[in-house]
Amino acid sequence: MNWLAQQLDNLAWMAHGGAVYVFAAMAIVCALAVVFTHNVVRMAFWLILCLAATAGLFFSLNADFVGAAQLLIYVGGTLVLLIFGVMLTASGPFLQMRTKPGEMVLGGVVGLALLGLLLSSALAVRWGERSPVLASEVVGAGFNPVAEGNTTRELGLKFLGASSRDLKTGRGELSAGYLLPFEIVSVHLLVVLIGAAYLARTKRRKQPADSSGDSRSAALSA
Amino acid sequence: MTPVLAASSILELLQQYLSPNAAYLLAAVLHAALVLGFFGVAPLIYIWLERKVAGRIQDRLGPTRVGGKFGWLQTLADGIKLIQKEDLCPEAADRMLFRMSPYLVFVASFAAFLVLPWADGWIAQNLDIGLFFMLAIMSLEVMGVILAGYSSGSKWALFGGMREAAQVVSYEIPMAICALVPVTAAGTLSLMDLGRIQSGPFLNWMIFHDPFCFIAFFVYFVVATASVKRAPFDLAEAESELVAGFHTEYSGIRWSYFFMAEYASMFAVSGVATALFLGGWNTGLGLEETVLAGWREAGGPWYLLANLLGAKVFITKGCLLVFVQMWVRWTLPRLRIDQVMTTCLKYLLPISCALFLGVAIWPLAVFKLTGRSTLVNSLKVMGTDIGRPMSERSFVPGVPQARHAGPVEAQATPVAPAPQGTDRAGAELRVPAAPTLVPAAADKVSSS
Repeated sequence: MNWLAQQLDNLAWMAHGGAVYVFAAMAIVCALAVVFTHNVVRMAFWLILCLAATAGLFFSLNADFVGAAQLLIYVGGTLVLLIFGVMLTASGPFLQMRTKPGEMVLGGVVGLALLGLLLSSALAVRWGERSPVLASEVVGAGFNPVAEGNTTRELGLKFLGASSRDLKTGRGELSAGYLLPFEIVSVHLLVVLIGAAYLARTKRRKQPADSSGDSRSAALSA
Repeated sequence: MTPVLAASSILELLQQYLSPNAAYLLAAVLHAALVLGFFGVAPLIYIWLERKVAGRIQDRLGPTRVGGKFGWLQTLADGIKLIQKEDLCPEAADRMLFRMSPYLVFVASFAAFLVLPWADGWIAQNLDIGLFFMLAIMSLEVMGVILAGYSSGSKWALFGGMREAAQVVSYEIPMAICALVPVTAAGTLSLMDLGRIQSGPFLNWMIFHDPFCFIAFFVYFVVATASVKRAPFDLAEAESELVAGFHTEYSGIRWSYFFMAEYASMFAVSGVATALFLGGWNTGLGLEETVLAGWREAGGPWYLLANLLGAKVFITKGCLLVFVQMWVRWTLPRLRIDQVMTTCLKYLLPISCALFLGVAIWPLAVFKLTGRSTLVNSLKVMGTDIGRPMSERSFVPGVPQARHAGPVEAQATPVAPAPQGTDRAGAELRVPAAPTLVPAAADKVSSS
């Protein structure tokens, strides 16, 4: 019985850690599938899976707000992309898109540069000093996701310029907070949205009452 | 009292026997299995109900033969028929996407159930941002519908899919804004906290919180009906014009996945409406603070009984809303696509924006005009005063509730039992109350 409990514990631990790797592997495979697929809609499908797997990564690391935002913004954005992909590019059903060799080289260079950047920053972290916190471990250690609210409550407190660590120690020192920058960015986005709507709408030709009326009647009479 | 019955959540129960890791994993599996059970059974009943409701509204009997007088087992018979049908895939279809898209719809619809609050402490995954997660997940379902429409290689299906895309992308906006109205009034995105705020007499429900919430409920319900593509907004499968819309080419079990997802989603949006506006699992009779509070304190089987009653109430409210959706479907004619878009963009969207603005101004205006934070401050019904301001209610979001030390001691400590993820280490409260902190913090900022 004891042995069984131990095995179950090991299995559970592996499952928790494994979830991260499963989502990571899924994200990589789907990202590769996006690159190597030629059909626009299939690309969008793989992109959805890739983004959803990334959201899964966030969820399994207790960052539920970022995960949900990932689903809402990126997957929802892909939806619109998909619609435009179908409506604008496909002249016939199931259009195939081929990449030119030049594009392949250009994309490869950009991709490798990004990979180098990511690798260098990942290797710069001393991973030995930071132990990843799994959901089950924090429950076991008395951490209460319900009370501590995963990352969401922390994010909200940061907006007000506080952090839960400060609150625990009772220092109560407040920084300026991120609320004002956040508001500025969101108003900026609103301006962009209105601007886009203004630029994209069909323009009605303004006809001055006299001259156009005259010319039209002249054309009709002629 | 056996320890099995003393646990207030599955996680707590398993933690008595297993190591934390194993308990967490098994609890997760059990939560998913329970929700999947409901997800599977509810459509069975709803499809039967839909036939019955349709029949009665059209002066027919509906199913009467399979499984007794009322045709209880009609859906099961349908299911068996569908399973043994051939799994067809049209010649012109994109096979991979055609086969995948029913699963995409199914999974998205299921995931929405993870954050539905069944009773106090009974939720598959208690997220602080439950509502946000819900809205994010519900926007995924349309993906499968569009892919199904596109990949079928049929004009009807493509039209259906594109209509669905246009419709959902537009209706998502008023839906999110309407859902934000009670959230603004209550100050939390967690569906569990929203349920706790609304405990007590039914005037504590968010729908009666202020006039804007009252209107927002009806706007939300209209928009939610559209977002699960139910008539009169079922343009994606308009039979009169598009044969069967996005699922024209589907048959057999894949076709039935679409229907399971549709009926399950009807309950999901109704469940959100219940949790946001209609008091969640609370009976509305004021029992929560009198009788049920005693049951909860008693712990053990009494606690379970109180929560079972809560789940029963929640499901009943959700089912009533689903019934209203069916009633509407068989009563109103289908709109045209341009009418659907006009309804959303020209009417529902401005209305919801106005409601959102109104609910943000409401507490300030009431305070300015009356000097109190609510209109009905001192109304007493059945011994408990109703219409109390949020800060005086028994549950305030952000303030951690006192937790009982362990399941066995639950009887001795008269405090609200914790939801899952209970802090078993003890009574230490880790996060100081955020709402009480903020005014103090503001003082500090202004003085410095």
